[in-house]
Amino acid sequence: MLVKTILITILIFFSNFSSATLNIQHWESNNGARIYFVENHDLPIVDINVDFRAGSVKDTKQKSGVASLTNHVMVLGAGGINEEDLANQFIDLGAQLNSSFDQDKSGFSLRTLSEKKIEAIDLLTLVLHKPNFDSKIIEREKKRYVASISQSETMPGAIASKAFMKALYGEHPYALPNSGEVETIKKISKKDLHDFYKSNYLSNELSIVIVGDISRKDAEDLGHKISLGFSENKMASATPLVDYKKGQEIKISHPSKQAHLYYGAPIIKRGDPDFLTLYLGNYILGGGGFVSRLTQEIREDRGLAYSVYSYFMPFIQEGPFQIGLQTKKNQVGEAKELVKKTVSTFIKNGPTPKELRQAKDYMIGSFPLRLDSNKKILEYVSMMAFYKYPLDYLETFTNKIDKITAEEIKSAFQRRVDMNKFSTVIVGSEQ
Amino acid sequence: MNFLKIVFLFCLMPIFAQADIGVKEITLKNGMRVLVKEDHRSPVAVSMVWYRAGSLDEINGKTGVAHVLEHMMFKGTKTTKPGEYSEIVAAAGGRENAFTGADYTAYFQRLEKSKLPISMKMEADRMQNLVITEEEFKKEINVVMEERRWRTDDKPKAQVNELFNSLIFRAHPYGRPIVGWMNDLENMTYEDAIEWYKMWYSPSNAILVVAGDVDTKEVFAKARKYFGKISAYQIAKRKPQFEPKQNGSRRAILKAPGKLPYIQMGYPAPTLGKDGIKNKKEVFALEVLVGILSGTSSSRLNQNLVRKTSRAIDVGAGYSMLSRGGQSTFEMYATPSEKVSVVDLEKYLKLELKNIIDNGVTDIELNRVITSVVAGEVYQKDSVFGAVMQIGQLETMGYSHKIADVYIDNIKKVTSKDIQGVIKKYFHDDALTIVTLDPQPLDKNKIPKGSPHAR
Repeated sequence: MLVKTILITILIFFSNFSSATLNIQHWESNNGARIYFVENHDLPIVDINVDFRAGSVKDTKQKSGVASLTNHVMVLGAGGINEEDLANQFIDLGAQLNSSFDQDKSGFSLRTLSEKKIEAIDLLTLVLHKPNFDSKIIEREKKRYVASISQSETMPGAIASKAFMKALYGEHPYALPNSGEVETIKKISKKDLHDFYKSNYLSNELSIVIVGDISRKDAEDLGHKISLGFSENKMASATPLVDYKKGQEIKISHPSKQAHLYYGAPIIKRGDPDFLTLYLGNYILGGGGFVSRLTQEIREDRGLAYSVYSYFMPFIQEGPFQIGLQTKKNQVGEAKELVKKTVSTFIKNGPTPKELRQAKDYMIGSFPLRLDSNKKILEYVSMMAFYKYPLDYLETFTNKIDKITAEEIKSAFQRRVDMNKFSTVIVGSEQ
Repeated sequence: MNFLKIVFLFCLMPIFAQADIGVKEITLKNGMRVLVKEDHRSPVAVSMVWYRAGSLDEINGKTGVAHVLEHMMFKGTKTTKPGEYSEIVAAAGGRENAFTGADYTAYFQRLEKSKLPISMKMEADRMQNLVITEEEFKKEINVVMEERRWRTDDKPKAQVNELFNSLIFRAHPYGRPIVGWMNDLENMTYEDAIEWYKMWYSPSNAILVVAGDVDTKEVFAKARKYFGKISAYQIAKRKPQFEPKQNGSRRAILKAPGKLPYIQMGYPAPTLGKDGIKNKKEVFALEVLVGILSGTSSSRLNQNLVRKTSRAIDVGAGYSMLSRGGQSTFEMYATPSEKVSVVDLEKYLKLELKNIIDNGVTDIELNRVITSVVAGEVYQKDSVFGAVMQIGQLETMGYSHKIADVYIDNIKKVTSKDIQGVIKKYFHDDALTIVTLDPQPLDKNKIPKGSPHAR
């Protein structure tokens, strides 16, 4: 009744950045796992996150969903301990195990009191090294996946998101829905999960991040213990290149009150030298919430939408640049034209000096907020670790931001953001 | 798709998961209260102004006005333009937002610590000098209507929840949606928003909570400087509102486009008295019961209905022991598996309650709840924002933030017998409210397949 019914005025920030004088220690295991460690004894807590390059990009069209199902079933029983007992063992320690999953990565995180860390880490290791892949549980979870996917196929936002990725990526695995399709999930067997696990959960595709109340020595032992349970395969397939599609315009009818509009194209990958420049520019265009141009035009000046945003979501390969909004059906045409006009004006002229100064002030001034808890440090360093960012990334961040000029933003947008290649998806349009 | 990602998610009672260490408090001459909690781990400060005004205080025909005013608070003051404060906060590297609940409306900023005065100056200004023009209102009310469409009208489960609340609370204002009925939004005027502002935004009805790397004395001095001079006015006397006793079950069906049926069922339940004592035994028994039913992936509902028997694909339970309005509900939700009817699923959920009446809960289960609360209290210390939320919610709802100190002690006292007692007392069929979602094909010309909702 309380928290769950609170209305929050949404601001979408993709806070991919942060920094400070954070002491990140880094080493590699003998078999190529990358380990990152931030020691901090303020609170009696240890946080651990492990990521494998085993996201939905590793799926095939025929067996779409194997990657997600593997991630999901891994925590449902391990080392011969059944799912109920395993869950209860974590609970009895007061420890929390969570899994995460996206296009590029499959992740597992553990939060434990430092006094229980040895037992909790043993359990985490068991989950990572010896998942049961119990047939009955796989069949049950497949049914839940199927139910959930068929439900999402009736929801306008989910329909739009799926169609958008399909329009942008065509036959590339980034087009595959994270959790698979009803028909492909049904075909998946226990052997598929086992095979996927064997060939993709590799030590040289693994990053481990440890934050909190644990010594360097114990962190080293932990890193080695986890990584040594995996084999190394330097021949593991690379993430396929993105083949740019021609922009498409897709309209899907739906009985919803609002139309959902998605607009964009694949633009940029992790580690691209233009990234910070585009990121700063996008804060001005549509990333900065109330102070962005899109929000000003669409929401503040005309009341056309509650939420409108743009962001770059870089993956290992080119991830989407995406603009999204929802509006009453008969307004979607007007909103679309305004979005196009706002984006093209920005590409043509770049930011004003005032906008640039404000954006830099925000990026630099908000720096301490991005690392003000162990949990945020864990998330941030995990992103750096997985995508192999340089260790001085955080230290140099504000300096780099400060040096970016309006001309550089304009030039980066003109070189990289080509609206002729944009696709448009509208679900719930009146036509 | 949410359930796909929830593993051993342990989020029991987040509002309470932090014992109070060193919250200092003063009351300004105008009646505004200021609470400060220092936490020096990171050079940041969180500042929140809470108003004791929410949808609970609205009247029919003007539902949603508390939330609309929250939006208008960003639209300028006598000396600033619409959106100007958002620019100032952003340029200071700050993040800001606001939220409206049934019990309160709150505004917050997160900033590097030296920037804290910016937030206090701004909140003091819009507390007394807000300007609401007809022109700005007309644009913003459209944004709020879009918000309602997005949040409720196109989300079947949100519609079920709205209908559920309006059925279980027929007299109490908790029966009305926080965002407001669409009709009321369509007919709302800028004068309604001004009226609301003039009724509730007195400093005597507000609480400032600050936490982070701050010096308490300095915060008090700044609070006196910025807020101390604002003149207070008399807040209208609030009438006590209580829901009449329910005599007979209430059932409803909601049709919406979708694929899966769903049920939300529940019973009126007591809340903790503002003295921290009244109903104590019962509300803590209910808190522990929620933990045993749905606190974790191996809790009873998920273990018995999803994992062991595959009767449901998703289940949950919820209860809040705190409320400014003196009313709460104990709820259960479930999505049936393909071959299970919602009628049977309702029976299975009730059987879980009956099983506890007949056989009690085990000491192991009680201990698991205690373990998770004890650990959760430590984990919550990682979040400065969480501390401000907890203090603000408790105080705005009329409780002392100090009741958090004795939360674990009270959880530890709960016995199996206490839990059996509350189930027997509150969860009987004549007090039941249940809403069933009857999914409709997207194409209106198609006939719904099967009839999972049939009775």
